[in-house]
Amino acid sequence: MALLYASGIGLLTAAGIWLMLRTRSFDAVLGLTLLSYAVNLFVFAMGRLHVAAAPLLRDPSLEPALANYADPLPQALVLTAIVISFGMTAVLLALAVRSRIDSGDDHVDGDAP
Amino acid sequence: MSLALAVALPFLAALLLFALPNRARNLTATVAGAATLLTLALLAVNLPAVLAGQVVSIDWAWLPFAGADFGFRADGLALVFALLVAAIGALVILYARYYLAVEDPIARFYAFFLTFMGAMLGLVLAGNLLLLAVFWELTSLASFLLIGYWQHRADARQGARMALLVTGAGGLCLLGGVLLLGSMAGSFDLDVVLASGAQIRAHPAYLPMLVLVLLGAFTKSAQFPLHFWLPHAMAAPTPVSAYLHSATMVKAGVFLLARLHPAIAGTDAWFYLVTGTGLATLLVGAWTAVWQHDLKGLLAWSTISHLGLITLLLGLDTPLASVAAVFHILNHATFKASLFMAAGIIDHECGTRDMRRINGLWKYMPVTTVLAIVAAAAMAGVPLLNGFLSKEMFFAETLQISSHPFMRLAVPIIATLAAGFSVAYSVRFIHDVFWNGKPHDLPRNPHEPPFWMMVPAGLLALLCLLVGVLPSTTVGALLAVAAGPVVGGPLPEYSLAIWHGLNLPLLMSALALAAGAAFYFSLQRIDRLHEHVHLPRGAKEVFDALLGAVLGGARFFTLKVVNGHLHRYLTFAVLATFVAVGLPWLGRGGFVPDVDAALPAPLAIVLWLLGCSGALGALVWHRQRFVATLFVGLTGLVVSLVFALLSAPDVALTQLLVEVASVLLAMLSLHFLPKLSPPEPGFARRAADAAIAGITGCGIGALAYAVLVRPPDASIAPWFLANAIPGAAGQNAVNVIIVDFRGLDTLGEVAVLGIAALLVALLLAQVTGAQAPSRRTADGGGGGDDSGAPATGDPRPLMLETVGPVLLPLAAVLAIWFFIRGHNDPGGGFIGGLTLALGMLVPFIGRGIDWVESRVRLQLQRWIGVGLAFATLSGIASFVVGHPFLTSHYFEGELPLLGKSSLASAMFFDLGVFVAVAGATLLALTTIGRMERR
Amino acid sequence: MNALTLIDQLPVLPIVIPLLVGALLVALGHHAAAAPLGFASLLLVLGCAAALGVQTAGGTVISYLAGNWQAPFGIALAVDRLAALMLLVTALIAIACQLAAADGLLQRHPRFPALLQFQVAGLNGAFLTADLFNLFVFFEVLLIASYALLMVTSGREAVRAGVHYVVINLFSSALFLLAAALLYGVLGTLNMADLSLRVAAVAPQDRALVEAAGLMLLVAFGIKAAALPLGFWLPATYGAAAAPVAALFAVMTKVGLYAIARVGTLLFGAGGYASVSGPVLLVVGLATLAFAAIGGLAARDLRTLAAWMICGSAGTLLMLVGVGTHASLGAALFYLPHATFAAAALMLVAGLLASARGTALADRFEAGPRPAGATLLGTLFVVCGLASAGLPPFSGFVAKAILLDSVIDSPAAVAIWIVVLGASLAWVVALSRGGSLVFWKSAAAPEGAPLDEAQPAAFQPGELHEAEPRPGAVSAIVLLAAAGVAIVLFAAPLARHFARAGAQLQSPSDYREAVLGRMPVSGTAPAGVAP
Repeated sequence: MALLYASGIGLLTAAGIWLMLRTRSFDAVLGLTLLSYAVNLFVFAMGRLHVAAAPLLRDPSLEPALANYADPLPQALVLTAIVISFGMTAVLLALAVRSRIDSGDDHVDGDAP
Repeated sequence: MSLALAVALPFLAALLLFALPNRARNLTATVAGAATLLTLALLAVNLPAVLAGQVVSIDWAWLPFAGADFGFRADGLALVFALLVAAIGALVILYARYYLAVEDPIARFYAFFLTFMGAMLGLVLAGNLLLLAVFWELTSLASFLLIGYWQHRADARQGARMALLVTGAGGLCLLGGVLLLGSMAGSFDLDVVLASGAQIRAHPAYLPMLVLVLLGAFTKSAQFPLHFWLPHAMAAPTPVSAYLHSATMVKAGVFLLARLHPAIAGTDAWFYLVTGTGLATLLVGAWTAVWQHDLKGLLAWSTISHLGLITLLLGLDTPLASVAAVFHILNHATFKASLFMAAGIIDHECGTRDMRRINGLWKYMPVTTVLAIVAAAAMAGVPLLNGFLSKEMFFAETLQISSHPFMRLAVPIIATLAAGFSVAYSVRFIHDVFWNGKPHDLPRNPHEPPFWMMVPAGLLALLCLLVGVLPSTTVGALLAVAAGPVVGGPLPEYSLAIWHGLNLPLLMSALALAAGAAFYFSLQRIDRLHEHVHLPRGAKEVFDALLGAVLGGARFFTLKVVNGHLHRYLTFAVLATFVAVGLPWLGRGGFVPDVDAALPAPLAIVLWLLGCSGALGALVWHRQRFVATLFVGLTGLVVSLVFALLSAPDVALTQLLVEVASVLLAMLSLHFLPKLSPPEPGFARRAADAAIAGITGCGIGALAYAVLVRPPDASIAPWFLANAIPGAAGQNAVNVIIVDFRGLDTLGEVAVLGIAALLVALLLAQVTGAQAPSRRTADGGGGGDDSGAPATGDPRPLMLETVGPVLLPLAAVLAIWFFIRGHNDPGGGFIGGLTLALGMLVPFIGRGIDWVESRVRLQLQRWIGVGLAFATLSGIASFVVGHPFLTSHYFEGELPLLGKSSLASAMFFDLGVFVAVAGATLLALTTIGRMERR
Repeated sequence: MNALTLIDQLPVLPIVIPLLVGALLVALGHHAAAAPLGFASLLLVLGCAAALGVQTAGGTVISYLAGNWQAPFGIALAVDRLAALMLLVTALIAIACQLAAADGLLQRHPRFPALLQFQVAGLNGAFLTADLFNLFVFFEVLLIASYALLMVTSGREAVRAGVHYVVINLFSSALFLLAAALLYGVLGTLNMADLSLRVAAVAPQDRALVEAAGLMLLVAFGIKAAALPLGFWLPATYGAAAAPVAALFAVMTKVGLYAIARVGTLLFGAGGYASVSGPVLLVVGLATLAFAAIGGLAARDLRTLAAWMICGSAGTLLMLVGVGTHASLGAALFYLPHATFAAAALMLVAGLLASARGTALADRFEAGPRPAGATLLGTLFVVCGLASAGLPPFSGFVAKAILLDSVIDSPAAVAIWIVVLGASLAWVVALSRGGSLVFWKSAAAPEGAPLDEAQPAAFQPGELHEAEPRPGAVSAIVLLAAAGVAIVLFAAPLARHFARAGAQLQSPSDYREAVLGRMPVSGTAPAGVAP
C-alpha cells in the first residue's frame, strides 16, 4: 500500500516538475497543479494512511486515539495547502492571460528565446 | 576639545557654503578663509603643550573595538602636519578667489575644498587607526569631487574617476591592513599601537599587514607603479593641484608611513619594499618630468619623484633619515605649492600651460618670474634655500646604508642621478618659460596677475628663503617635535647648518647641479626638446584597457548567466532540491525499506492507474491544452477520491470543489491563450528535463515511503482528538483545528485567497477596463483594449442556460447547510464558501455576467474585505475578556430548525471565512469570465 | 496565568493591526481615508515593534499563545531580540515605502495601501511565529502581497518578471510544505521549539530524514534569500517594480535569511546549518556576494545596480551566518538593518532620478539633459551610494569594519576579506561611473582642450530651476538615511546589543522554555488536557 502511494507521489512530482520546465505559462500552470497534488498527498501521508477512520468524534465510547481515528492535523494542513494553491493557480492563470495580451505570446520569458 | 573643533569646523563651514549663493566670490572666500584661519588658531592653541613634549588627545566612545573610540590625538608630527594643512589651505583659498573664473560656481568649490581640508585634518589628528581609515577614504572622495570640479570636461571626469578608483582601492587595502594591525596590537588606539612595535613585527601576519598598509600609502602618495593617476589629476583647477597634489593629500601616504614608523618599520621587508619603491619612483618621476611640455605636467611628475625621495628616506629607517624625511615633507610642501601657484598664474594670464608656446615671460611678469625662480631653485636644491638642506641630509643618509651591499652602491648613485634630473626640469621650468625666446600664439597677452594672486606664492617663496638661510631658528623646534614620534625614541644628533664643510653630500649636490643644468641645455640646444613628444602614458593605457576589460567581462558574464530564462532558474532550484534530499544519505548508505505487509486493495490499484494515467496523459498531450487540462482534472478527481477513501472527508470535499473551480478557471483562461503549445525544439532538452524531474520525483517518493513505513511515534495528534469536544465543542476534529486550534493558519490562508482574487482582478481589470463590476451595464464596452485576445466566446451550453436559475438558490442552501454543520460534520466555512461561489457561477456562465449584474449589484471585492475583517474582529473580540487572539468561546443550546447544537464563537470566525472565500472565488472566476464576454 | 492586559497582547498586534486595517481598506473600496488610515496603522506597528524591542532588550523571550492553546498544540508566537529587530526594520521600511508612494503611486493605484498592510502583516507574522507550518502560511501571505505590490503598477516588464517570480516562489513554497510535513511525519510536531527538542532526541535511523527536511527548507529559504544559484530572479523582479515597492522588497530577501538563521539554530543547534551542510552556506554566501559585485559592474541603470547590491547584502549575511560564530552573527545582525535601509534608500533615489529625467533616460547610466534638482539628487545619490557600497562616513563602513573584524579568526578569513573588499571596490567603480555620467556628463558642454583649463565653465547650477523632486520620496530617503546615521553614531551600544542577540539565537534553550513553558490563560476557555 505504502509503496503504491509513495510511487504515486513520486510520479506526480516528476510529471509536475517536467511540465513546469516547459516554456509556456499554461504548461507551467498544469505542472504546478500536478505538483500541488503530489505535495498534498505527501502532507496527508505524514499522518500515515487510515481506512474508515474519519476524525469525526461521534462515538463517545471510542477512545480518541490514533488507533481509532485518522490523524486530523495533516488533514487540516492539506486543507490550508489546497486553498492556498488554488489562489496561486488563479494568480498564475491571470498572469498568463495578461502577459499573452501584453506581448501576444504566452512564453514564460515574455518572448520565444 | 580644540582639536575636535578644528576638525569639525571645516565641515560645518562647508555646509554653510552650500547654502550661500553660488557666485558670491568675495563672500564665500571670506567665509572659507575665516573658517580656515579659525581652524589654524584652534590648532595653534595646542602648540605650546606639544612643543613641551606632551600629547594632546580627546576621546568619545564609538566603535565596539578595543581603543576604537572617536577621538583625536596631537603629537608633534600630527600637529605640525595639521598646521601645514591649514596654513597652506588658507593661502590657497585666497589664491583661488582670484584664480577661478567668474562663471565657476565658487561656493561649491570652497565647500568641497573645506570638506577635503576637514578630512585631511581628521586624518592627521585621528586618535585611532579606524578613524584614520575613515578620514583616509573621505580625502579620496573629496578629491574626487575637486578633481571633477569642471564637470563639463571629459579629462576632468576621467581623471577624477581614476584617482578615486586607485586611491579608493588603496583605502580599502588600508582598512584591511589597519584591522590586522589593530588585532595584532590588541587595540586600535594609536598610543598602544605605536608602543607595541616589537609584538607587531613578531606577529605571523606581519607581512600581509605590511603589504596592505603599504598599498594604501603608495596609492595615495602616487608611488611607482601606482603613480599614473596623479598626472591625470592635473585636470583639476590649479588651486586644487597646488593643495591636494603637492602639499597635502599625496602627503597622506608618506604621513602614514611616518605615523606608523615606530610600529611597523625596522624589518628587511620594510626596507626593501619601501626603499625600493621610493628609489624607483624617485628616478621615474624625475626622468619623466624633464620631458613634459605642460607646466603642470612637469610639476606633477616632479611631485611624484619628490614623494619617492621621501618614501626612500622613510625606508632607510635610520633616525636621521626619518628626520630628513619630515624636513623634506615640509620643504616640498612650501616650494611645490608656490610653484603650482606660479604655474596657475602663468596659465591664467597666458591662457595656456604649454611650454612650447610660452617663452620669455620675464618681460611681461617680472615679479612672478622672481617668485618662480626662488621656488624652482629650492626644488632643485640650490644652497641658501630649504630644498638644499633636506637634500643634503638625504644624500648623507644614502651614504649611511650599511648591511645591504647592492643598495649601498645603487642608492647613492641613483639619488644623485635623480637629483640631476630634478635640477634639469627645475632649470627648464625657469629658462623655458621666462626666457628662451618670445611667446608665440598665446590666447591672451600676458601681464602680471592681480596683486593678491601673487601674495600667497610670494609668502611661500619667502618661507623657502628664510628656512634656507636660518633653518634652526625658523623650523628647528618644529622639526624636532615633528620628527620625534617618527623616530620613536631620542632624536639623533643633527645640525641644520648650511655649511657642514666640504664633504661627499656637498659634492653630490654640486655634481647634480652642474650635470643637471648641462643636461637640460644640451637637450634644448642639441636635442630640440620641444619637438619631443615623450608622454609615458603606458600605465594609464593599461589601466583603461584593464578597466574596460573588467567592465566588458562583467557585462558578458552577467548576461550569459542571468539570461532571463525561467527554465534555467527552475532547473537550478530543482537540482538544489535533489541535492538537499539526497545529501543526508551520503555516508549513511540510504535507508532499508521495511516491507509493508498490507497488500494494496484492488480499488487502490485502479485508482493508482487512473491517477497516473491522468498525469501521463497530461504529459503526452500537454500541447493540446484542453485535453491536458482534462487529464489533470482527472488526476485531481482521483486524488480527492483517495482522500475520501483514506478517511479524510473534509479534504476530499474541498479538493473536489477546488478541482471544479480550477478546471473552470483554466478553461475560461484558455479563451485568451493559444489552444496549442507550439512545439518545442530540442529533444535533448526535454530528455534532460525528464531526467531531472525523474530523479527528484523518485527522491520525494522515497521520502514519503520512508515515513509511511515508520510507526507514528509521539505525535501531538492525539491531543487534538482528545480535546476537540471538551476543548472546542466540535466533533469534527479537522474543522476544529481549522477554526480554533490553528485558527491563525486559517486567517492567513483566507488572506492569501482574498489577496489572490484581488490580484487577479487587478491584473485583468486594466484589460477589461472595468474596475467596479456594478458600474457596467449589459453588453457594455465592446471592442476595448484587450489587444491580441482572440474573442472566441464559444456557445454556452444550453443545459446551464435553463438549469441556472434553479441551481442558484439550491447551491445557496447547500452552502449554508455545509457551513452550519461544519463544526461537527464534514463541511465548514471553506466548503460552504466554495459551494456558494460555484453555485452562483452557474448562472454566470449560463446567462453571462452582465445578465446577473444587471439584476444584482455584486461588490465582490468588498465581500473579501468584509469577510476578512469579520474573521479578524471575531479573533480580537477575546481581548475584551483578557484572552489571547482567536480564543474561542462556546455554549450549548437549542437552535431553531437545527435542533440541539453547540455554537462556538469560532463559528463567527468561520462565517468571515465563508464570506471571504465565496467572494474571492467568485471574483477570480467572474473576472476572467467577464473578459470572455467581451 | 490570569487575564491578559493589552501589553500582554503586544506580540500579536504587529500581525493583527495591519491585517485588520488591510481588510477594512478593501471593504471600504477606494476611499480617500485609505492612505492616512494605512499610515496610521504602520505607525502603530512601529510603536509595537519598539515596545517589543524594549521588552526583549534585556534578554527575555516573550511568547504568546494564539487561541489560548498551549504549545506545541496551538500556534505560539515568540519574540526575542532578533525578532524584535526584524519587526523594527520592517516597520521603518514600510513607512518609508508609503511615504515614497505618496508621490503618485497612492493616487494612481488605490489598492496600494491595503496591499502594503497585508505585506507588513505577512512579514511580521513570519518573524513572530514559532510554528513551522504557520511560518509557511505567513510566507504565502507576504509572497502573494508582494506579487500584488509588484504588479500593482503592472507594467509590461512587471508582468513578465512577475511570471518568473511567481513560478519560482511557488516551487519553493511546495518545497517548504514538503519539508515541514516531513518533519511532522518524523518528529510528530510542528512547533519549532518542540521540534528543536525532538530533533535532539531523534533516533539515529531517522536523522537522515530530519536533515533532508532541514536542507529542503534551506533550499526553499535560499530561493527567498536570493542565494546563488537560486536568486537569478531577483534583479529583473526588483528592477521591474515601482521604486517604493522595490525599496520595500529590500527587506524581502532578509526574511529568507531570518528563516535560515532561526530554523537552522533551532533544528541543528548553535552551529545552525553549518553543522549539517558544512561550509555550504559560507561558500554560497561568498559566491553570491562575488556574483553580485560582478552584476553591479555590469549594471546599466541605478535600479539594477541597487538590486545587485541587495543580492550582495544577502550574500554577505549568508556568509556570516555560515561562519556561525557569536561574533559573526552579531556582525550579521549589525549589518542587516544598515544594508536594508541603504539599499531601500538607493532604490528610492533611482526612482527620483527616473522621474526627474523622464522615461526616455530614466535612471540609466547615460548622459542627457541635466536632471531637474540635480544638486539635491546628486547629494542623495552620493550619500546612499556610499552607504550601500560601504564607504565612510556612512553606516556601511562601520558595518563592514565590524564584519571584517568578526571573521578575523575564521579559516576563511582571507577569502572573505578579499571578496568583501573587492565587492565594495566594484560597487564604488560602478557608482562613480554612473554618477559621473548622470550628474556630470549630463552637464557637459563641448569638451575643452586638455591643456587649456581657464576657459569659462559651461553650466551654472545656481540658475537651474530646482524642480522640487518628490517630497514624499525625499522624506522617505531622509528617514532611512537618518536611521543609517543613528547606526553609525550608536555603533558601540548597537553592536553590543546585536552580539547579545546573536548569542541568544545560538542558545535556543531560552526560546524553547519561553514557548513551551507558557501556560494558557485560565478562565472560560478550557485549557486542553494533555494526551
